[in-house]
Amino acid sequence: MCVVCGCADTGTAPAQVNPANGDLHFGAGAARVSVPGMSQARAIKLETDILGANNRVAQQNRAHFQAHGVAALNLVSSPGSGKTTLLCATIEALKTRAPGLHVAVIEGDQQTSFDADRIRATGAPAVQVNTGKGCHLDAPMVAEAFASLHTHHDHAHDHDHDHDHDHDHDHDHSHGHEHAHDHGHSSHRHSHDGHAHSLLFIENVGNLVCPAVWDLGEAAKVAILSVTEGEDKPLKYPDMFAAAQLMILNKIDLLPHVKFDVARCIELARRVNPTIEILQLSATTGEGMDAWLHWLDHAVGHDHHHHPAEPSAEAALRQRVQQLEAELAQAKAALSADGPR
Amino acid sequence: MHEASLAGGVLQLVEDTARREGFSRLLVLRLEAGQLAGVDVRALRFAIESLAPGTVLAGADIQIEEPPGQAWCLGCGQTVPITQRGDACPRCGGYQLQPTGGQELRVLDMQVSDD
Repeated sequence: MCVVCGCADTGTAPAQVNPANGDLHFGAGAARVSVPGMSQARAIKLETDILGANNRVAQQNRAHFQAHGVAALNLVSSPGSGKTTLLCATIEALKTRAPGLHVAVIEGDQQTSFDADRIRATGAPAVQVNTGKGCHLDAPMVAEAFASLHTHHDHAHDHDHDHDHDHDHDHDHSHGHEHAHDHGHSSHRHSHDGHAHSLLFIENVGNLVCPAVWDLGEAAKVAILSVTEGEDKPLKYPDMFAAAQLMILNKIDLLPHVKFDVARCIELARRVNPTIEILQLSATTGEGMDAWLHWLDHAVGHDHHHHPAEPSAEAALRQRVQQLEAELAQAKAALSADGPR
Repeated sequence: MHEASLAGGVLQLVEDTARREGFSRLLVLRLEAGQLAGVDVRALRFAIESLAPGTVLAGADIQIEEPPGQAWCLGCGQTVPITQRGDACPRCGGYQLQPTGGQELRVLDMQVSDD
């Protein structure tokens, strides 16, 4: 308490006393102002995306993949949906369908390398990422895994067509995304024709919640849902199905044995994501695999000559209109949120 | 529980800021986690509070704002409120909705002390 007048000295801003003349300065703190009722605290405005650090690496990954002619797909699902079985079947099918296409896999699991072992058994290079307690892959993990795929498996595919690997090996690939900046000068050739020369499957940790939020630098997220899981999953885990470009309904060979309403599942998926593409297949029997392989052709950009369908052009146009309208709404919302100045 | 990773991201941002700005104590930290950001606010708060002891976050008042979800309804041609993805448009009952707001996941600002 103040001994002069009895006022409480709590809650008043501490002033700095100039020892030369006894002047008091209430605004000497970094905030440069004295705020009544507040100690000399200062405000720091950040407005920074919490996922910003991840998203920056994801963008580097994306640029890196593009420069290397890699089409990267992020496969997400709950545990046991059949992701790895689907991948093995896909790799086998691609061997005959697209023998020149290089396929690699990044396997995310909390523990074990069982899945990577299954992929390697098909002959495709795979690298296992164990997240320990982590429930999802993040962009730095993928950057490191991709670099490790490159260092360990580059020599394995000399059959590589026009992607000429004559780079000198002083060029250190283990630096991951850091060397993304000197691509123009590095000695190995890159894809400039918009077509991918290789396909990278990133099998995320089996989890329908967390991986939705993390961008890995993929071209698209593919959500896999098996018919043994229940048709209401898209509504129960809307963020994941909203983030996915494609939903694969897997294990359709089991439909006669389970209570699964395909039409309702599709309806619910479209509720959370009106533009989501949907494929139905069984990785075990091979039913529906052709459509998936065709979708992959699209993903690597190799299908222009044999697929001039008008209906999809119209759908794409509709999608574009919807996208633009959403952008417009977003811009308007931002404008009204700023308010009159 | 990806909120634990997000809490780590928050700590990282605050630590970086502490280094840059050289403050001694964090008083208030204000975050924004939109209704459609895919984040459980209670879990995020719990994760941050679990992480706080011994870090620059210790003792700080953590405030988390939840901007409401908004979407553009294609049928109505206007912005409507929704609380989660998969909700119907409250005006027309349709599902042709494109989220336009409530997806924020940011550190807004902080009050710090230099003493």
